[in-house]
Amino acid sequence: MSIGAKEEFRPKIVAFCCNWCSYAGADLAGSSRLSYPADVKIIRVPCSCRVNPMFILRAFEKGADGVIICGCHPGDCHYTTGNYYARRRMTLLFSMLDFLGVESGRTRVEWVSAAEGVKFSATMEEFTEKIRSLGKNVRLEDLRCRND
Amino acid sequence: MQERLISRAKELLADGTVSRVLGWKAGDLPYDPQPAYFEKEEDLREFVYDGFCGANLSKYMIAASRIEGRTLVFLKPCDTYSFVQLLKEHRIDRDKAYLIGVGCRGKLDIEKIKAQGIKGIVGIRGAEHGSESEDLTVATLYGEKTCRYTDCMLERCHVCKGKEHRIYDELIGESKETCDRGRFAEVAAIEAMQPEERFAFFQKELSKCIRCNACRNVCPACSCRTCVFDSTKFDSAQKANADPFEEKMFHIIRAFHVAGRCTDCGECSRVCSQGIPLHLFNRKFIKDINELYGEYQAGADLEEKGPLTSYTLEDAEPGIVAERG
Amino acid sequence: MQRIGVFVCHCGSNIAATVDVSKVAEMALKEPGVVHAEDYQYMCSEAGQAKIQEAIHEKKLTGIVVCSCSPRMHETTFRTAAKRAGLNPYMVEIANIREHCSWIHKDQEEATKKAVILMRAAVAKVNLNTPLFPGESRVTKRALVIGGGIAGIQTALDIADAGYEVDIVEKTPSIGGRMSQLDKTFPTLDCSACILTPKMVEAAAHEKITIYTYSEVEKVTGFVGDFTVDIRKKARSVDMDKCTGCGVCQEKCPSRKTPSEFNRGLNNRTAIYTPFAQAIPNVPVIDRESCIKFRTGKCGVCAKVCQAGAIDYDQKDEIITRKYGAIVVATGFDMIKLDDYDEYAYSQSKDVITSLELERIMNAAGPTKGHLERLSDGKAPKEIVFIQCVGSRCADGRGKSYCSKICCMYTAKHAMLIRDKYPDVNVTVFYIDVRTPGKNFDEFYRRAVEEYGVNYIKGQVGKVFPQPDGKLLVQGVDLLDQKQILKEADMVVLAAAIEPDSDVRKIATMLTASIDTNHFLTEAHAKLRPVESPTAGIFLSGVCQGPKDIPETVSQAGAAAVKAIGLLAKEKLMTNPCTAQSDELLCNGCSQCAQVCPYGAISYEDREINDHGIREVRRIAVVNNALCQGCGACTVTCPSGAMDLQGFSNRQILAEVDAICR
Repeated sequence: MSIGAKEEFRPKIVAFCCNWCSYAGADLAGSSRLSYPADVKIIRVPCSCRVNPMFILRAFEKGADGVIICGCHPGDCHYTTGNYYARRRMTLLFSMLDFLGVESGRTRVEWVSAAEGVKFSATMEEFTEKIRSLGKNVRLEDLRCRND
Repeated sequence: MQERLISRAKELLADGTVSRVLGWKAGDLPYDPQPAYFEKEEDLREFVYDGFCGANLSKYMIAASRIEGRTLVFLKPCDTYSFVQLLKEHRIDRDKAYLIGVGCRGKLDIEKIKAQGIKGIVGIRGAEHGSESEDLTVATLYGEKTCRYTDCMLERCHVCKGKEHRIYDELIGESKETCDRGRFAEVAAIEAMQPEERFAFFQKELSKCIRCNACRNVCPACSCRTCVFDSTKFDSAQKANADPFEEKMFHIIRAFHVAGRCTDCGECSRVCSQGIPLHLFNRKFIKDINELYGEYQAGADLEEKGPLTSYTLEDAEPGIVAERG
Repeated sequence: MQRIGVFVCHCGSNIAATVDVSKVAEMALKEPGVVHAEDYQYMCSEAGQAKIQEAIHEKKLTGIVVCSCSPRMHETTFRTAAKRAGLNPYMVEIANIREHCSWIHKDQEEATKKAVILMRAAVAKVNLNTPLFPGESRVTKRALVIGGGIAGIQTALDIADAGYEVDIVEKTPSIGGRMSQLDKTFPTLDCSACILTPKMVEAAAHEKITIYTYSEVEKVTGFVGDFTVDIRKKARSVDMDKCTGCGVCQEKCPSRKTPSEFNRGLNNRTAIYTPFAQAIPNVPVIDRESCIKFRTGKCGVCAKVCQAGAIDYDQKDEIITRKYGAIVVATGFDMIKLDDYDEYAYSQSKDVITSLELERIMNAAGPTKGHLERLSDGKAPKEIVFIQCVGSRCADGRGKSYCSKICCMYTAKHAMLIRDKYPDVNVTVFYIDVRTPGKNFDEFYRRAVEEYGVNYIKGQVGKVFPQPDGKLLVQGVDLLDQKQILKEADMVVLAAAIEPDSDVRKIATMLTASIDTNHFLTEAHAKLRPVESPTAGIFLSGVCQGPKDIPETVSQAGAAAVKAIGLLAKEKLMTNPCTAQSDELLCNGCSQCAQVCPYGAISYEDREINDHGIREVRRIAVVNNALCQGCGACTVTCPSGAMDLQGFSNRQILAEVDAICR
């Protein structure tokens, strides 16, 4: 296959957004008509601490090319401490994926407040660009060869 | 040493202090003793304690805590970390255990003996605990071979956490310092590789997995009543090989679930029939935890909060992973 | 299998201009479980809601997906509409195709494609929804206020005025707190007692308020609306009903060598004592450790002189158990211990004192009857040095990192009062910054400098050297003039940092209320819920939450009262049904979940479990739904997946993930 014939790569991106800050930030990006790529699909969770590493790996398993978790800024968590736990969990998970040789750019955590519509949109723009540059997520897919 | 353990066990059984003994008994081969319960004095004839008794008996105390009477359990220094961690998680009942801390001079890895080209093994001398010999004498179908004890030790003994028992009712036997490597050197060497190399390394290793669940079953931290991979809670109850992704997910999630709780006892790697260095996953988490959140040794005490159930306001951001490259 | 109806809103042209709404509805019919799909101009309108309700009846729908604006906008609207049609409101999910789609994408094909995926995710979730029912819990219409200082008194008065019973528990023999120790108050210089005493009297006389002094909270169980509290009423050794407060016992008591707590140890009190003249209740207590009768068995003078026969040496501690709907913490503060600041010679010289000690010296009822004099020799000082920020804004770990907030103002007050009454006394203040935000505060400080000639020096004091002649040599720096200063003083006053009362940690543990690293109680939200603890039903009043002056304390006390009243006014509490649930068959009882719960909602109990025929007693996590706020921190901590969150269950979220990545 020649490079010229390659269809434009449209990644699948899952964004977990906490209900109180980041989901509202995404709403603000919407009401401010700040566009970002349609490749990003948002899943609403109560808090960033609700995001189980299982969800992230499952997304990759089902073909996601990038996963981003957005929550309230540290110190602003609606539940006071949720994002502090999320921060440790995600740091360790991402570090493990990196250790396994999976591009660390495919996962990201960003703190977005309800007032940061601009930041939300810019973050999604930037993250999508990054995933496009990384291309299809084959690493995690191929981490274990089929033994047939 | 073995005789001392047996006679003490007999005493404790006889005076009613314990109702049973949890130890190791000889297997079919000279190098595969198995964890076993001994209910009667005469059963103890089969009791062994030698260099091949690597099995960590702490996990068996979960089940033993649920049965009538006290259980005498023999724990090596490193096993006691697992015991403490399980106590901390309310999985075992301290009152149901009578703990004898046993001395350890490093445990042996039969694969390392075989790797030296020794085949047809019929007997091994020098593996018993009291032995002064620095060598193992291996009787084979093809005659006698010798190899150095330390060359045949399990990987985990080279990075031994120390000869102190964290918890015990009494101690029998001396332990030896066996640590001669940096605990995190192996992880650091992989970290230093290029992502492609790391990927290739793990791809090769994980491709061997047959999802036999031995690692999970032996792991003292992996002691859920029902594993998530066997329950419907995450729609993850799939059989081996149903989806190759499952295996990666399994090892990553397994390591994540025990992160901050894993004492680095090394049982996962010891029992892996495919020889996958599974301890690397756990040790990577431990290294990260130590570097990012301060030194933490699971099972070292009963009080300290685990690194994943605590936080500080100044914790590193997840972006640090990408930054450090 | 669910019977799901999908309703796609045009939102006028807000959605329909970019998203092909009929296509979304058409695609919806291909999704599993979907038996009905339609699009309409304004789903949120009366007519739109009627369409939903009609379809629920006609198609016997069990679940609803509305593709519309953000759930933050109209989720409640659609849930209510579903409820009116007899459907459980939690069977409704929203696909946000406006804010997250039509408003940000221009290309119709692309936007429609995304809208379809968002619809699919919502359908996948609804397929796994189950009806949820808010729990109900009762509210005991009585409040407990812990601490009887100005914060506690104000909160109690406000709650009582609204018609609810309030109990104040105060550990010392009298209510009044720190404010009762103050002489004058800034920025108006009115006498503290003159404004506090009427409040104390009002609280004592209020028919809805019960005051337990010399009492402590010993045990708290229960949760919002339904707390059960054990209060230990320490033995006073004086019968409160018989005592007339005549004071003869205190005059005659031969044990007179116990440092007076109220006067900060500057003079002594008797063993039977009321802390100060205006104490409420005006009933003394016997300090059994100092009392000769209790120590040696001989004496009994007070019993002999008491005409009312109120002395009762055999009195025992009493435990009162009461139910409360709300608890307000108003435990206040103390000055830090100055052991680590010996460079200021506090322990070496009687003439180095704290500001609170100066308050007592300046007070007419204090140890010097209000005369400003050196405690070492009783001489009138001519030169007084004030040192600010002793242990506040401290970077070296000896003191507190925070600003104690009140010191700049009270030091200006002290300086001004001294200069007013004793114009021949020179006053110098060493400061890092002067912080005077607050109504009439800066004007007050400027008066101290401009009208009263107080000498303010920006700079810190390194050391205070007591001299053989009794003078104090103060060595400091003037940062503005860049020079060393050596100053001889007769008195040095330290503005010691304030810290939460030492008992706050114990109380916070009992209440499962969180405290920060400085032991101040944490508020539910730093900006939006400053007087509530994250633990439901616990409210914060005064300095226990952070440094405050009197006006701030009183306003926060009122705010805490309003929040408590809002709770007590409810007949029943409806609890959010989107809470965590522990599966007793899967739970390991490992206790990790409780460690991350910010609300103390998780406890453990030994419960008999029937696990597929095996009956055994297991340690199981139990979630109190009245306390759980549904953050989900526990669900990820739980390795077995026993802990799940209703409304955002693992399977629901995974279904959304699958639908999006399909």
